[in-house]
Amino acid sequence: MLDVSGLGIRFGGNHAVRDVTASIAAGQITAIIGPNGAGKSTFFNLISGFYQPTSGSITFRGEDITRLKTHQVVGRGIARTFQTTTIYKDLSVLENAMIGHRIRTRAGLLDALLRTARERQDDAGSRAGARQALERVGLASQADRPAGALTQEGQKRVGIAMALSSDPKLLLLDEPAAGMNPEETVNLMGLIRDLVAGGLTVALVEHKMSLVMGLANQIVVLHHGQKIAQGTPQQVGHDPAVVEAYLGSHAHGGQMGHNTTDPQEAGHA
Amino acid sequence: MTPQAAKKLAWGWPILFVLAALVPLLHPSSYMLDIGVNVMIWAIVAYGLNVILGYTGLLSLAHAGFFGIGAYTVGILTLKAGWNFWLAWPAGVLLCALLGYGLGLVAFRTKGDAFSIFTLGVGVIIQLVINKWDRLTGGNDGLNGINPPPGLEGLSKMVGLKLTGGFYYLALLALILTVVVVARARFSTFGRSLIAIRGGEDLARSAGIDVYAHKLRAMLLSTAIAGFAGGLYAAYVGFMGSAITGPVTAFTVLLYLLVGGLGTLVGPLLGTGVMYTLSQGLKGLQDYQYLVFGPLLVLLVMFAPQGLVGLWERLKGRRGGKKDA
Repeated sequence: MLDVSGLGIRFGGNHAVRDVTASIAAGQITAIIGPNGAGKSTFFNLISGFYQPTSGSITFRGEDITRLKTHQVVGRGIARTFQTTTIYKDLSVLENAMIGHRIRTRAGLLDALLRTARERQDDAGSRAGARQALERVGLASQADRPAGALTQEGQKRVGIAMALSSDPKLLLLDEPAAGMNPEETVNLMGLIRDLVAGGLTVALVEHKMSLVMGLANQIVVLHHGQKIAQGTPQQVGHDPAVVEAYLGSHAHGGQMGHNTTDPQEAGHA
Repeated sequence: MTPQAAKKLAWGWPILFVLAALVPLLHPSSYMLDIGVNVMIWAIVAYGLNVILGYTGLLSLAHAGFFGIGAYTVGILTLKAGWNFWLAWPAGVLLCALLGYGLGLVAFRTKGDAFSIFTLGVGVIIQLVINKWDRLTGGNDGLNGINPPPGLEGLSKMVGLKLTGGFYYLALLALILTVVVVARARFSTFGRSLIAIRGGEDLARSAGIDVYAHKLRAMLLSTAIAGFAGGLYAAYVGFMGSAITGPVTAFTVLLYLLVGGLGTLVGPLLGTGVMYTLSQGLKGLQDYQYLVFGPLLVLLVMFAPQGLVGLWERLKGRRGGKKDA
C-alpha cells in the first residue's frame, strides 16, 4: 500500500533518516520500533508531508506523494495522530472530529458568507462524518463534552477520531499508548484491532513492546535513522542486528532498560 | 462557544439592533449620537481584527493601515476623481481585500511573533506612503471636505432627523452587515477551520486543513472589513490625516478587542462601546487619562484575560455551579 524507497532527510549534517526502503502492507498492522532517536517520528513526519525528504521517494497506492503538502497527503488517505495527546482541548469532542473531516469538504469563505447549498451540505456532511468517526472509537455518547474534560485514554480516542473522520486508508499512530496505564493500553489494542478488522491499514510507532508484540503483523526496526530489520515479530526478535542495537543502547541506559524496569511491561510479558 | 450557545445568543442580536435603532427617535444630543456613530465604526474595525486575531490567532498590526486605505480610497475617489460615494465605498473594500490577500501571500511565510513584527512594519509603511504622497493624499494637510454620501441628508430630513442621525442609521446598517458576515464566516465549515488553525497550526495541517489558503482568506476578510469601516469613517468625519492610519490606531483597536473578549461575537462591539465611551468621558483629563487606562488594563489582564465576555461567562458558570450544588 505504501512504499518508501531510499528515503532520507538531513538536518544540517545529521542524517535523521537515511536510505530507508520499506513497505507497509494493506490491511495489516506495521510497527516501527527502534531505540530513542532512531528516527521513528521523523519517518512518520516524512510520510505525512511535515518534512520534505532530501532523498528518496514515497509511493502510496501507486501514486508518488513525495512532494505533496500535508493536507494533500491527508486528502490521498493518510491520516496521523501525534505522540502527545494533541487535540483541541477547548472544543467539543464532536468539533474535534469535524475538523478532521475538513479535507472531504469544499465549502469556502464565499459559501460561508452566502450560506450556499454547498455550505449546508458540507456542514451536514461534517457532522455525519464526525459522528461516524466517534462511533468507531466509542465516543458517540461524549460528543458534546469539551475534549479536554475526557480522560487521557478518551483524549487519545478523540485524536484517533479526528484522524478517522478524514476517511483514511492508512492511519499513522505515533506512540498511541504513551502515558496510558495497562488497562487503557489493552482497550486501545482492542480498538486498533477493530479498526483493522474494518478494513483500515495501521502503522504505529511505539515503545511499549507488549503492544507491539501483541498487535503487529510486521515490524520495521530503525537504528540511527537506518532500517536494520523488517519482518514478523518472531523474525525480528531473533535478528542479531536488532538484539545488538537494543543491547547496545541498554548499556547506555536506553530503551531496553526502560522496558525491563517498567512494571506494566512486566505485567504483559 | 458551542454552536448551541451561539444559537441561544442569536436571539439577543435582533433585540439589540432594534433598541439601537430606537435611540435617534428619543432625540438624544448630537454629541451622544456622534459617540454612537464612532462606536459603531470602530466596532466594525474591531470585528475585522477579530477575524484574523480572534478566530485565526494571527496578530496583524497592519490593520489600521487597511482602515486608512479604505478611508483614503473613498476620500480620493470622491474628491479628486469625482466618484459617487456609493461606488467609491465598495471600491475601497475591494482594494483592501486585494491588498490584504497580497500582503498575506508574503506575510504568511512568517509565523507567530515574526508575523506581527512584519505586519507592524507594513503598517508603518502604509502610513508613511499616505503621509508622503502629497499629490494623491494631501500629505500632512490630509484630505478635507469629503462630502457626506449623496442622498443621505435628504433621507434624514424625510424622517425628521439631522445628518448625524442619518449617519447613525447608515453606521448601524453597516454594523449589522458586518456582524452577519462575521457570524456566518465563523460558524461555518470555513470558520471551524480557522479555529483549528488558532488552536495549533501543525495539528490543523495534519488534520487535513490547507492552512495557508485559509489564512489568506481570513486576511482578505479582515482587511476588507477594515476598509469597509474606513470608507464610512471618511464620509462621516469629512476630513482626515495620515495619523489615523498608523500602528497607534491598530493598538487602540487591539485594546478594544482585548477588553471586549477576543474571538467572541459580542466582544468587539462591547469592548469598543465601553472603551470609546470611557475615553470620551475622560477626555478632560487629557494625557492623564492613561493613568486610568493603564491600571485598568493591568487589572483586566490579571482578572479577566478573556475580556468582559470571558468575565461574564465565568460569573455565569460560577452561579450555575452553585445552583447545581
